[in-house]
Amino acid sequence: MSRSAIVAKNISKQYEISEFKNRHDTLYEHAVRRFHSFFTRNGSREKQNFWALQNISFEVRHGDVVGIIGSNGAGKSTLLKILSRITAPTSGFVEIRGRVGSLLEVGTGFHPDLTGRENIFLNGAVLGMKKAEIESKFFEIVAFAEIEKFLDTPVKRYSSGMQIRLAFAVAAHLEPEILLIDEVLAVGDVMFQKKCLGKMDNIAREGRTVLFVSHNLAAVEHLCNKGIVIRKGEQVFEGSAKEAVSYYLTRIAGESDYSSTCVFDLWNNHTRPSKYRPCLKNMELFTDGDVPVTGDIRMGASVRVRIAFQVEDTVNIDAALGFETLLGLRVFTAHTAFQPGLASRQAHGEQTFVCDIESLTFTPGQYKILVALAVGGVPIDVVEDAARINVIESDFYGTGKVPWNGLVVLKHRWQ
Amino acid sequence: MTSEPHTNTPGTVLVQGPAVDLDNVTVVRIEPSRKWVTPKLGELWEYRELLYFFVWRDIKVRYKQTAIGAGWAVFQPLITMIIFAVVFRTFANVPSDGLPYSVFSYAGLLSWTLFASALTRSITSLVGQSHLISKVYFPRLIVPIAATISGIVDFAIAFLILVGMMIWYGIVPAWPLLSLPFFIAMTLAAALAIGLWLSALNVKYRDVAYSTPLLISLWMFLSPIAYPISQVPDHWRSLYNLNPMTGVVTGFRWALLGSDVPDPVSLAMSTVVIIAVFIGGIFYFKRMEQTFADIV
Repeated sequence: MSRSAIVAKNISKQYEISEFKNRHDTLYEHAVRRFHSFFTRNGSREKQNFWALQNISFEVRHGDVVGIIGSNGAGKSTLLKILSRITAPTSGFVEIRGRVGSLLEVGTGFHPDLTGRENIFLNGAVLGMKKAEIESKFFEIVAFAEIEKFLDTPVKRYSSGMQIRLAFAVAAHLEPEILLIDEVLAVGDVMFQKKCLGKMDNIAREGRTVLFVSHNLAAVEHLCNKGIVIRKGEQVFEGSAKEAVSYYLTRIAGESDYSSTCVFDLWNNHTRPSKYRPCLKNMELFTDGDVPVTGDIRMGASVRVRIAFQVEDTVNIDAALGFETLLGLRVFTAHTAFQPGLASRQAHGEQTFVCDIESLTFTPGQYKILVALAVGGVPIDVVEDAARINVIESDFYGTGKVPWNGLVVLKHRWQ
Repeated sequence: MTSEPHTNTPGTVLVQGPAVDLDNVTVVRIEPSRKWVTPKLGELWEYRELLYFFVWRDIKVRYKQTAIGAGWAVFQPLITMIIFAVVFRTFANVPSDGLPYSVFSYAGLLSWTLFASALTRSITSLVGQSHLISKVYFPRLIVPIAATISGIVDFAIAFLILVGMMIWYGIVPAWPLLSLPFFIAMTLAAALAIGLWLSALNVKYRDVAYSTPLLISLWMFLSPIAYPISQVPDHWRSLYNLNPMTGVVTGFRWALLGSDVPDPVSLAMSTVVIIAVFIGGIFYFKRMEQTFADIV
């Protein structure tokens, strides 16, 4: 047991809610409260406590790559903060054997006024690298970030993409024995994300111990060999990464991350690129005929998508739906132009399109739906992340086994 | 809920075995916070490179995008000296230990500015680094220490002006000059000692940072900067000596200009007060630092 990389025993973390409410309270208030409580002895009554984590215990062996999954606010990040010694647990203890590097955010410690070169050193030092170590990896880092030409430019003049690339490049060259990572892959463009995933893969294959907190279930499944599922501060599952992901998808995913109705507002959706003025109003999802979708869709089930929109001019409008993985990989596009006989929408006022998909043959996982309207092939309104759906496992081929690999399942026959 | 042996099914990561020497690893135990924490100063040594980088960053960043850059390091004490010269010398005719008043007050101001700027910076240092504190672990003590040390560059620049003035007035330092490093160290130690308390307190109550300028300007007039210690009435002297900056400023001036010898009692008092506040500050800081990330 003592040979494990990480041993966590019953760790709990309690926050005082008043600590959030009265953050940075003034000394005067504090004095007044003390004074009151001294006489009335009820000063502590107003304190409310909140358990961010409760009795989390687990063991990670050297070389394990562990994914920690859970919905927003489940306590994943608090757990990582305790493991990386940023905050102390309220009870329980953790024993860590080996040099720990933690990556809770990319670009921690970047200073906008310093140049790229200077920030590589600063950021590296903040992440726990020695100066000699940074020097030996300097050119690798620069090459990985693709910023050779701008090494001596202050980072504040970088584009946000460049800043993220530089930040990740430094982080990726961190070589501790135990690496703690939080959501860092949720940044950058798709190409760079792939590069980062590749790098993570290498790190994992080198036999280093990694703890990985992420919403990206595909990444967890791919990179990790163990998984821990946390729900409302409690550990509800521990097992292989695959089992953990499937546990999460089937038991938890629908609970909070997703809308409670099947109507998704598009008018106020913030994933609309700023060049478009809203035309799309909302979208409704149904499965298996008329069952409203609140997040989960069984693999192979039928899906009906209804989009409502409003245009001012009398125009010939096309609509398109794009189903994408969370990494932005397009799996399927449904376009009105693929159906020439469709009656065109030309009148003013609110209009609808309804798209029926006979069988959604995606493998289990999360997908986002992009909605677009176009006139003569030119987009007039786009919402990139209109809704998230969870495709959950089902016995698609009727064999009693759940097909997992690949992105889609297709009816097929062998001879 | 026990850990299962992992299977290497296709798609999972193939584990090649531990990459670490199991008998020779650092073991860290993370436990709930306690009231009294023994400061692990060895850890500070381990993180010395980070301290170096923090100081380096502070110095690099300080005068970026300023027109006169390091000139600011000189301006502040110089302008204050001129004001003092007009107010205290011309109007109030304050004596200056037989030295030209400008040199006398500038030397005092140099020591004081080093103290005041180091203190101001260390008080706001933790809050200013909140993004780091909530995202990365390192001994938090490094933050106020780096803030204190980085003031030394400004001091060195402003010091050159004093050297120029000494040459102009023909003041040649004698053997007390050897004690100068001691007084500079004392100045920084005093700033850090108080900075440890107030920077930690400032994490919870931002009032501290707002009241600092007031505290510092009051304190300056309670220290022998604009006037010599001989001006302080005898019956106030013992109370006056409790101010740790009394011994430090007098000593600094003596080391350079050979003015009145600092009173050994006053100097001893200053040293004792600084050391006491410093040690108390470390314990207070270590106790408070456990919640920094939660409340900063």
